[in-house]
Amino acid sequence: MATKLKEVDAVVVGMGWTGAILARELTKAGLQVVGLERGQDRVPGGDFVLPAVRDELRYSQRLELMMDNSTDTLTFRNRPDDQALPVRRIGAFLPGEGVGGSGIHWGGLHWRFLPTDFRIRSTIAERYGAKAIPDDMTIQDWPVSFDELEPYYDRFDKLCGVSGQAGNLRGTRIEGGNVFEGPRSDHYPNKPLIPSSAGLMFASAARNLGYHPFPMPISINSAPYVNREGITLGACEYCGFCNRTACEANAKASPNVTVMPVLRLEPKFELRTRAWVGKLNYDKAAKKVVSVTYTDLRNGEEYEQPAGIVVLASYVFGNVQHLLLAGIGAPYDHATGNGVVGRNYAYQFEAGAQAFFDDKHMNSYMGSAANGMCIDDFNGENFDHAGLGFFGGGYFSCNTPAAPPISGRMLPHGTPLWGPEWKRATVKWYNHACRFGTEGSVYANRDNYLDLDPTYKDALGRPLIRLTYNGTDNDHKMSRYLLGKLEGIVKAMNPTHYEMEPRPKNFTIVPYQSTHNTGGTIMGADPKTSVVNRYLQAWDAHNLFVEGASVFPQQHGYNPTGTVGALAYWSAQAITTQYRNSPGPLVHG
Amino acid sequence: MAEETIPRRKFLLGAGIAGTAVATGLSQAEPAAAAAQAQAPAAAAAQPEPLLALNETEHAFVVAAVDTLIPADELSPSGSDCGIATFIDRQLASAWGGGAKMYRAGPFHKGKPEQGYQLALTPAEFFSAGIAAANAWSRKTYGHDFDRLSPDQRVEALKAMQDGKAEFADFSSRAFFARLLAIAMEGFFSDPIYGGNRNKVGWRMIGFPGLPATYINLYEEYRDKPYVVEPRSIADFS
Ligand SMILES: Cc1cc2nc3c(=O)[nH]c(=O)nc-3n(C[C@H](O)[C@H](O)[C@H](O)COP(=O)(O)OP(=O)(O)OC[C@H]3O[C@@H](n4cnc5c(N)ncnc54)[C@H](O)[C@@H]3O)c2cc1C
Ligand code: SF4
Repeated sequence: MATKLKEVDAVVVGMGWTGAILARELTKAGLQVVGLERGQDRVPGGDFVLPAVRDELRYSQRLELMMDNSTDTLTFRNRPDDQALPVRRIGAFLPGEGVGGSGIHWGGLHWRFLPTDFRIRSTIAERYGAKAIPDDMTIQDWPVSFDELEPYYDRFDKLCGVSGQAGNLRGTRIEGGNVFEGPRSDHYPNKPLIPSSAGLMFASAARNLGYHPFPMPISINSAPYVNREGITLGACEYCGFCNRTACEANAKASPNVTVMPVLRLEPKFELRTRAWVGKLNYDKAAKKVVSVTYTDLRNGEEYEQPAGIVVLASYVFGNVQHLLLAGIGAPYDHATGNGVVGRNYAYQFEAGAQAFFDDKHMNSYMGSAANGMCIDDFNGENFDHAGLGFFGGGYFSCNTPAAPPISGRMLPHGTPLWGPEWKRATVKWYNHACRFGTEGSVYANRDNYLDLDPTYKDALGRPLIRLTYNGTDNDHKMSRYLLGKLEGIVKAMNPTHYEMEPRPKNFTIVPYQSTHNTGGTIMGADPKTSVVNRYLQAWDAHNLFVEGASVFPQQHGYNPTGTVGALAYWSAQAITTQYRNSPGPLVHG
Repeated sequence: MAEETIPRRKFLLGAGIAGTAVATGLSQAEPAAAAAQAQAPAAAAAQPEPLLALNETEHAFVVAAVDTLIPADELSPSGSDCGIATFIDRQLASAWGGGAKMYRAGPFHKGKPEQGYQLALTPAEFFSAGIAAANAWSRKTYGHDFDRLSPDQRVEALKAMQDGKAEFADFSSRAFFARLLAIAMEGFFSDPIYGGNRNKVGWRMIGFPGLPATYINLYEEYRDKPYVVEPRSIADFS
């Protein structure tokens, strides 16, 4: 039997990006908060240190900071009629584990969605007619607008010390920034980083073609910066070991660096690590989660933690799994299209190119992999889709490839992969190559969803989440169109050699693509088609707030975390200023 | 078998150096032993490390394979002289090699390529089973274990595995080769702390400077210019 603990004001399940933000905002408002994290604690000074962090094998290949698949994973299949099989070692996406979650080893590409993204269904209907939207494309408007969210985007920018160049300041367009972005209330906290050689060439080629290049907004401080918590963040050292590792300079924003130092000092906060939450205890009649049950992995004991407010911040897959297991919200039924939990899973539809320049020294082992130049001319509704046969889009980028030698070497396709010729080609091209990406949207489809696997279980004996996902015709068409446009820019850069890299026909669970999983507990204005309301409050459990990208109705053409962080602040504000004073549904469905 | 009177690893150590002699089909033991003596100083650098995971036969396979994948030439010493066999042995003995962070519950199904690795085998078990299958195939096809093949035959055999044309009994030669190549490259390019990339040869070959403290002051200075320095590894910072 689980030992029942004393009730607290709020319990937070998962101490990654959103868990840390919520715990901070709730304690700041005077609530007693317990944070439960199933992984280990990680502290910048102790765990993010030279030389240990600059170890490509340990972090990038052996995935030190990622979730432990021996205890938990998911199962995967491309289509509803395939047999799903377990992901035995994660690959396509790499959720983290331990304090900081995926926020330690993320890339730091820090974006806002477009104003039109928030009302994408309406926008498409207005522009192309409602009939233009295919029946199986289950996209929805967000129940919150860009303008409502903007102050919270700004807060998250100022937590992280984002570096970038504004392109739309309170309605005034600024050349050199992203002229397509929604109006910002303020500049980026930091100026852009020094551009890479490849980035400069890309920007110049793009500009000559009439596009609008700008520096990638990144959660990497270009200069020392005191964030909104009063914590001094360091300046980027251009060390080249940004990928899948922690930042020794405290320049790449992570929960551990930007929030945890103040949270740890907060007497109203208690952190419990190696505390694996297995269950939300749901009182259906009262429409409340009365407590959560967790296993303390250090002693094998089960504990029940009652709480007035439950914040679910256990990443996309954990969030959906907890709701399905507790029976909160109707599970999505693929056969009928009814039900909501697990519905509208989406991913990121990336493709790209590689180019080789025999006369240029890229020195790409210097710099952050996130640092690059972009264009946004082919994202969302920034371009006319009439007659194109698809909706959606994505930004293009040319990043410093940050070429660590195991994973970052590039060779022209068709080069032998071993032997003397491989050696010669590797020596010839290693320092002379760069990479491009198109960050494609994924517009939700009725065949892509999450549910519980009927066969495989995690170490707590719970059914694994089953992912059913494949690229749709719409998204493939979108991606091919973007690649065609990208090719024009790549060609204009005059490479010795280049190759376009379209997506394979089927989504594959290896190799790495992005940890941009979204949906499954989506937010909306109608309980029939959403799991949480505009404040991320569960329609069926008013004291439950679900955080993270699982609330995205679909995925747009940008990395998710800028919006994830903004929504965390937005929902924290609703909890501390509204829910706390009158607990109950904040929106009546 | 007569040739087994020479301990296999000693044989190999010579074969790496006197590979051409082996290829001419001379009695295998003599030139190897002679070469090992003649080349004593050079060979000393490549004294075999004690093995943690691989047995002698497996080690012989690994040495022959990595020396074929990364042959000695003006760009670098051979794979095993770079420490890659040692690296592989240690990796297979590590927590990773033992299947750490891997989901190993059944039932097991072949699955589609899109679904990734679906075997119960840990990396250590996978390589052990794969090497056994590769040697069995090599004996059937060439009459010898892989490490006793001529350099040209080794190249041909590895190509057949790479293309999945080598018909291993109950094992995918393509999957085996893909993992062999991946771990060999990790051994060539990872920090020397793990036993491979000895003397930072892999890094030197491509001009990777290893670990910086910071590049902030060099980033613009070296824009479009070659940056050539003595690479530094974790040990150099410790
Ligand atoms: C390699 C990589 C690169 C990325 N790059 C970018 C990028 O450049 N830009 C971008 O926008 N996004 C990026 N992301 C995504 C970004 O990291 C996530 O969007 C973000 O961290 C999500 O925050 P979260 O709070 O929802 O989840 P997380 O930060 O993952 O935190 C979830 C936490 O919950 C814990 N947990 C889970 N289940 C339980 C349980 N049952 N009990 C207790 N604790 C539990 C986990 O251990 C984890 O610590 C990247 C991700 C990865 C992995
Ligand atoms: S490149 Fe900059 S931000 Fe990235 S890890 Fe190095 S110092 Fe940190």
